[in-house]
Amino acid sequence: MSDSVVIVGAGQAASQLVASLRSEGYAGGITVIGEETHIPYQRPPLSKAYLKGDIAPDRLFIKPPDFYRDAGCTLKLATRATAIDRKARSVTLSDGSRLPWTKLVLATGSRVRKLPLPGAEDPSCRYLRGIDDVDALRPRMVTGARLAIIGAGYIGLEVAAVAVKRGLKVTVIEAAPRVLARAASPQVSEFFEDEHRRAGVDLRCYVRTESIDRVGDALAINTSSGIVPADIVLIGVGILPNTELAGDAGLEVDNGIRVNAFAQTDDPDIYAIGDCANLPNSFALQGRVRLESVQNAIDQAKHAALAIVGRPRAYDEVPWFWSDQYDLKLQIAGLSAPQDQIVVRGDRASRSFAAFHLRDGTVTSVEAVNAAPEYMMGRRLIAARARVAPERLADRAIPMKDMT
Amino acid sequence: MAKIKYIEHDGKEHVIDVQPGMTVMEGAVRNMIPGIDADCGGACACATCHVYVDSAWLGKIQPMQEMEKTMLDFAEGVEATSRLSCQIQVTEALDGMTVRMPKSQH
Ligand SMILES: Cc1cc2nc3c(=O)[nH]c(=O)nc-3n(C[C@H](O)[C@H](O)[C@H](O)COP(=O)(O)OP(=O)(O)OC[C@H]3O[C@@H](n4cnc5c(N)ncnc54)[C@H](O)[C@@H]3O)c2cc1C
Ligand code: FES
Repeated sequence: MSDSVVIVGAGQAASQLVASLRSEGYAGGITVIGEETHIPYQRPPLSKAYLKGDIAPDRLFIKPPDFYRDAGCTLKLATRATAIDRKARSVTLSDGSRLPWTKLVLATGSRVRKLPLPGAEDPSCRYLRGIDDVDALRPRMVTGARLAIIGAGYIGLEVAAVAVKRGLKVTVIEAAPRVLARAASPQVSEFFEDEHRRAGVDLRCYVRTESIDRVGDALAINTSSGIVPADIVLIGVGILPNTELAGDAGLEVDNGIRVNAFAQTDDPDIYAIGDCANLPNSFALQGRVRLESVQNAIDQAKHAALAIVGRPRAYDEVPWFWSDQYDLKLQIAGLSAPQDQIVVRGDRASRSFAAFHLRDGTVTSVEAVNAAPEYMMGRRLIAARARVAPERLADRAIPMKDMT
Repeated sequence: MAKIKYIEHDGKEHVIDVQPGMTVMEGAVRNMIPGIDADCGGACACATCHVYVDSAWLGKIQPMQEMEKTMLDFAEGVEATSRLSCQIQVTEALDGMTVRMPKSQH
């Protein structure tokens, strides 16, 4: 049989893999199976510029439609892969057909975690993961409408920022004691809490959501601090990696599809990349992570391509991520642990500052708010596993460029 | 439409009609011109869309915002004519502009 790569999932990681396979000289067949109807697109603008209505849907596409044709890649959209047959080396599709492969790549991404509460199945309770979600949500985001957001993660807060600027009445309900509790330091959380409150968001942390009732045209969210009435509810309580296809095929799954530094699963001809993968990373305290970021989707795809063409190179990069809220750009690099020492550089009141994390003196992570020098140099320091004295990091009179 | 000339690091030239309102980065990515990675998709968060703008055109494009300026400070091979191409909105006034790509975006 001639060589063929089948990629399951048509998102950020898949489109990079197609590009990288060809630029690395792979000459075999490439087929991408995607359950959505869209060609691969970027998700970050969905909760930012695209939600605002600033950009047309075709500007979300990662590559133009012609790219796939020119790359000799077959895109099978609106089609789901339903099973992997490892013995026969084929994958079964929702249209009943079977597709043979010599290398299979799982780039299935993740899906939203559903809120398991009475009433949350009401059609006015929405989630945000794809283009279609935003297209359905945006028309309802009219001035004066009451939007309740359950979950103060990145997506919830980005939507809150867009909505409150549009003149909606926004309430954010978060079960944890602070916003971004899973991802950011207390200093950064506190800063964003102040920003959202100042913008007019009714932010309620440490509040449990108990159930949701329909009251005529509206909804009533019953919480541990009273009832929040709403016209629209947006739920953003995290994601779950799409690992079922791999699990059913007997591949090892542990908070993501377990892969090695070359993106290979425990079956060397099956790879997993992007949000669905659990990978080794020497910057992680436990040595392994699952990442939900564009950076990881792109970089892991590049490394999978190298492995597939027979020039494997171990993937071990500093993870990075960003979030835009109001006129604030939060950029994060590295992976921190709760016990890391936190060093703040810059004055939060100036709306430009950074929080560095240090473990035994080594820089592990930086969270930079409107602070590109701290972010860019921070990334280098993390990659170099540099040790920097906390008092130097904290001193803005010392330029970041001298921080070596 | 504005014609933008993209010159790859090895000298290969591409002349592309870019629709005003798009960015110089999008003009390259949508036309499959190699040399601009644009990992963050135009969010001014990655500095992998670095280009050198022909100096005759520098004055015709919007000046840099603080974020672009500081991101560029830390990019590889920065020169006085360096810009992040995702931050350059194409207008009719840029018809004929030339941008060159750096050796690498990483
Ligand atoms: C609203 C939003 C905002 C974000 N903002 C940022 C940001 O600012 N910065 C950042 O770095 N990251 C951000 N992210 C995360 C980032 O978009 C993801 O990490 C990235 O898209 C992961 O790429 P992927 O290819 O792994 O998955 P995806 O892009 O999700 O693609 C996976 C695709 O596979 C399909 N699929 C799954 N199972 C099957 C199957 N069995 N058969 C066929 N197809 C299947 C899915 O439908 C999906 O289309 C954001 C995400 C969202 C939702
Ligand atoms: S595309 Fe990322 S900074 Fe321009």
